[in-house]
Amino acid sequence: MARGDNRDKQLSAPTEFAAGNGLLDRRLFLQGGMAIGSAMLLSGTDAAAAGETAIDPRPKWMREPGAEFRPYGFPSLHEDEVVRFASPNRVMRNNGASWTPLHLLEGTITPNGLHFERHHNGVPSLDPEQHRLLIHGLVARPLEFFMSDLLRYPLRSQICFLECGGNSNAGWNRIPSTAEAGYFHGLASCSEWTGVPLATLLHEAQPGEGVRWLIAEGADAFAMHVSIPLEKAMGDAMLALYQNGERLRPENGYPLRLILPGWEGVLNVKWLRRLELSDRPAMARNETARYTELLPSGKARIFSFVMEAKSLITSPSSGMVLRQRPGLYQITGLAWSGRGRIRQVDVSADSGKTWAPAELQEPVLPKSFTRFRIPWRWSGAPAVLKSRAVDETGYVQPERKVLLAERGRHGFYHYNAIVNWAVDEQGSVSHVYDDDDQDLGDHPPVDAGWD
Amino acid sequence: MMTIRIWAITLLWTLAGTEVPGAEIPEGPGLGRPAPAAYIAAWDTDVMADGAGLPPGAGTAEAGTRIYAQQCLSCHGEDGLGDSGDQLAGAQHKLTDEWPEKTIGTFWPYAPTLFDFIRRSMPMRTPGSLGDDDTYAVTAYLLYLNGIIGFKDEMNAVSLPKVRMPNRDGFIDARELP
Ligand code: HEC
Repeated sequence: MARGDNRDKQLSAPTEFAAGNGLLDRRLFLQGGMAIGSAMLLSGTDAAAAGETAIDPRPKWMREPGAEFRPYGFPSLHEDEVVRFASPNRVMRNNGASWTPLHLLEGTITPNGLHFERHHNGVPSLDPEQHRLLIHGLVARPLEFFMSDLLRYPLRSQICFLECGGNSNAGWNRIPSTAEAGYFHGLASCSEWTGVPLATLLHEAQPGEGVRWLIAEGADAFAMHVSIPLEKAMGDAMLALYQNGERLRPENGYPLRLILPGWEGVLNVKWLRRLELSDRPAMARNETARYTELLPSGKARIFSFVMEAKSLITSPSSGMVLRQRPGLYQITGLAWSGRGRIRQVDVSADSGKTWAPAELQEPVLPKSFTRFRIPWRWSGAPAVLKSRAVDETGYVQPERKVLLAERGRHGFYHYNAIVNWAVDEQGSVSHVYDDDDQDLGDHPPVDAGWD
Repeated sequence: MMTIRIWAITLLWTLAGTEVPGAEIPEGPGLGRPAPAAYIAAWDTDVMADGAGLPPGAGTAEAGTRIYAQQCLSCHGEDGLGDSGDQLAGAQHKLTDEWPEKTIGTFWPYAPTLFDFIRRSMPMRTPGSLGDDDTYAVTAYLLYLNGIIGFKDEMNAVSLPKVRMPNRDGFIDARELP
């Protein structure tokens, strides 16, 4: 049955509005039997919309044997647009970042090949047999571990998001970014990490009196090094060996990566080779000159470890079109907080005048991507969609103007403001700022990069 | 064994002066091998903000001029004004200006950090290739370009930590903010 056939039926179904401009009760879809319109990228094609084709009783792929086995699978060739977007340094092509296509994915777990990347000097091709982890400094027993040693420890798994401190930083710009949702907010991904609790190994090395910090170093060409407070190291920190069930991908730190759930990406040191216990932080370049947030006062925030609550609607989102106009649509998106669980996500279809709570997909895990969904009946008139996350500490994701008032325009990192998607009469979706959040000066836009 | 373990952890945390979060640390099989001191010394090249870890050796901006031109200029531009690599010097704007410029001179809080970073991460195509004297020299050159030291001032393990960076007090600990 063509999708259009029952469109009128569902449009006339009795429904209750949960908030202004067509937002419906979040449980509506759970009642079943609803057909919904799809929001697609402009480049997408929709066979159903293109009209009927001749009925083939036995398509070609049912008349010949299918492909043989593959030792390692990869996605359908038809999904070849679901890729990371990379932005390398113009000279040093191994320095830069690549974004997860959040707007093209569903669920909460990021496929390993699409996990975001931020490398300062490329992905090392290191030999796992030679790679070792050194724990030293203020310890009674300086220790070294080969990967084969670590694989013999009792392992633990934890699902958590990882987000670069510089994620979403195009939001500081005076002109709204035109990038798709994932290529704007996708320096964030979510995986199941499996490894050894860091506390187990620290305990084995016997930290001495006065230890307050851990200085972690990676085995890449950048020799990335950062400082981490001891409380986090003794808390939920993990030395990850596996990512979504398989050994870490090279670009995610193979063979060993530090995972600090909920904390700024740069601290989750990849290709980890050294942990030095110290009474003070190193004050390394990547915790002073970078990954600090300049405030309007001229002072900069340092040690801003926790990634605050954020949410965004992934569909419909920037660059998409609502194809079955007007009609019933599913608004879906992601929310996460470095402080714990997402308690609630509210969605607005009238630019923030009224809000309705979205359905949160279970299980809602701490410091993890949380999928939210809510049905929306689009009338065909222009609309502005927003989502707002509240985490279990009661922290509420701020509007952009509130964030700018607090932090100015040059903080660069930790941008977590509410995201607006405007739908026009043609059903095209684009990124906009609020009417009372416009910069009418003739300033150049902030050219926010990615570090 | 259990009691001993928990006691040991409590002791550790008392020493660290912090509360135990969750307090449950799974015990491992104890497979760590004693790390030889020579190996630690070879791998631990950290230079701390106070200069701890700075090696012997010395250099001046005068000596660093040539190294910069040969090894750094292609990416960081004439006089450190920036190109494909970050701007390192020559800021026209303060941190409170409408368009602040974050450079070594306006933003970096500690001079030894500069030595640490250059020695561990630069030059990007051949990281780790600069000797200690050359690293001191190019560090001195960048401090000189930022108007912080003189052209002939010698930077070494004693003098570099004494360099007072203009933005030394420019940071506030986010954990102490509301
Ligand atoms: C091939 C290009 C290239 C060369 C050559 C190069 N750099 Fe860099 N440098 C970069 C890039 C790119 C970055 C930014 C790294 C990042 O993304 O973290 C950088 C960052 C830096 C920084 C940190 C700036 C800041 O404010 O955080 C310093 C200092 C620096 N380089 C010094 C040097 C010195 C000294 C040399 C010569 C010995 C050198 N670089 C050679 C590309 C280069």
